[in-house]
Amino acid sequence: MSGEFFHTTQMLIASALMIAGVFFVIAGAIGVIRLPDFYTRMHAAGVTDTLGAELIIFGLIVQAGFSQTSLKLVLIAFFLFLTSPTATHAVVGAAWQSGLKPKLGKYKAPAPGEAIVKPKSKTKTKAKTKAKTRRKSPVKKARAKK
Amino acid sequence: MTEFLYYINVGTAFFLLIGMVLLLARLLSGPTLYDRILAVNSFGTKIVLFLAVFALIIGRDDGVDIAILYALMNFIATIAVLKFFRYSALGVSLEDDFIEEESPPVVPRTSRANKGKQT
Amino acid sequence: MIRSALVLLVLLSAFWLALSGYLDNPVLLTVGAISVLLVVAMVWRMKIIDTETVPYLHGKSLGYFAWMFVQITKSNIEVVKAVLSPDMEISPKLTKVPMPHSTDLGRVTFANSITLTPGTVSVEMQDDVILVHALLASMTDPKAFADMGERAAWAVSDPMLSDPMSGKSVPRKDNK
Repeated sequence: MSGEFFHTTQMLIASALMIAGVFFVIAGAIGVIRLPDFYTRMHAAGVTDTLGAELIIFGLIVQAGFSQTSLKLVLIAFFLFLTSPTATHAVVGAAWQSGLKPKLGKYKAPAPGEAIVKPKSKTKTKAKTKAKTRRKSPVKKARAKK
Repeated sequence: MTEFLYYINVGTAFFLLIGMVLLLARLLSGPTLYDRILAVNSFGTKIVLFLAVFALIIGRDDGVDIAILYALMNFIATIAVLKFFRYSALGVSLEDDFIEEESPPVVPRTSRANKGKQT
Repeated sequence: MIRSALVLLVLLSAFWLALSGYLDNPVLLTVGAISVLLVVAMVWRMKIIDTETVPYLHGKSLGYFAWMFVQITKSNIEVVKAVLSPDMEISPKLTKVPMPHSTDLGRVTFANSITLTPGTVSVEMQDDVILVHALLASMTDPKAFADMGERAAWAVSDPMLSDPMSGKSVPRKDNK
């Protein structure tokens, strides 16, 4: 009897964790599609990489119980926890050093519907926003030369 | 009982595939290089999750090993691609970079743009 | 240094055993022992073994990770709300956050914590300042950053040298 109760609890916890994780993963993917700018898209990708992935893996751990598989899943969770912010920081650092300007200030979605198809090139955005870059002028010069 | 969990796992795998398709759209349409790299990195994380879920669906633990491997490879691949696009080469020691950065005339290293002039 | 090498030895052995799962196969155990010893010898010879090789081994950092998880969940919900609302009102902002940590490990932990929290990403580390890009302007509260910096310093037992709120520049001992 108690074994059955334990199994039911395990099942409920596992499915709740996995459904929550899937929700965050899908929300992150939608954010990567919808957001206007590389620097803001990165936040949406971060949602997926941190909470969504960890929740799904925790759900799998609860399913697998106490076994070698769950040990390996703990390892995966640990790797993702350590490597995903580092990878994000590497991507954004490279983008920043190559002179990509973030859009700052308030933003509102234009109209529902065409967010996926419309390509929003950031290279065309006027860099009137006051980004405090230390290499602002040299980068601009280099771009003008090009 | 276990059938319910089976359906939950299959649903998770299905929605992960949907998320991967959305990221593929960003990968194909991303205006800059960095959007694409970001999409590939996030795609790799989803592949890791998919492999782990799939291993539990088919009941073989080997898939989890592959997921570990993919998690490591994904990180290294992202860093390698970024380094390659910045220096146009992989065999660049990072120490040179620090020395270069401390020297007084700061030459901006835009990606690929003025690579040939520096080395 | 010897202590770090021993800790690394134990960790690598545990890693091998966890991944292989065969505790009674003499061939696999021998091969595992050989490769673990080889790795430790190589790391020893490269002279890169110190506390940074085997960080995060205190109970304190486990508490820090638990606290981080709560923070991640909180700000995740904010980001998801902002992303999924039909208007999608966001206000991206760049701020400079003072980073008063004195060791490299403390700096890395702090910057990684900022990046792990959704909505804020550390863009660039300068001498004692991190440039942070935030998705919502409400996420750039200097007090919250200072609190996180103190906790990160506590987790890796970093002696913070200055007041995080004043952001004064401090002579930092270099690990190189």
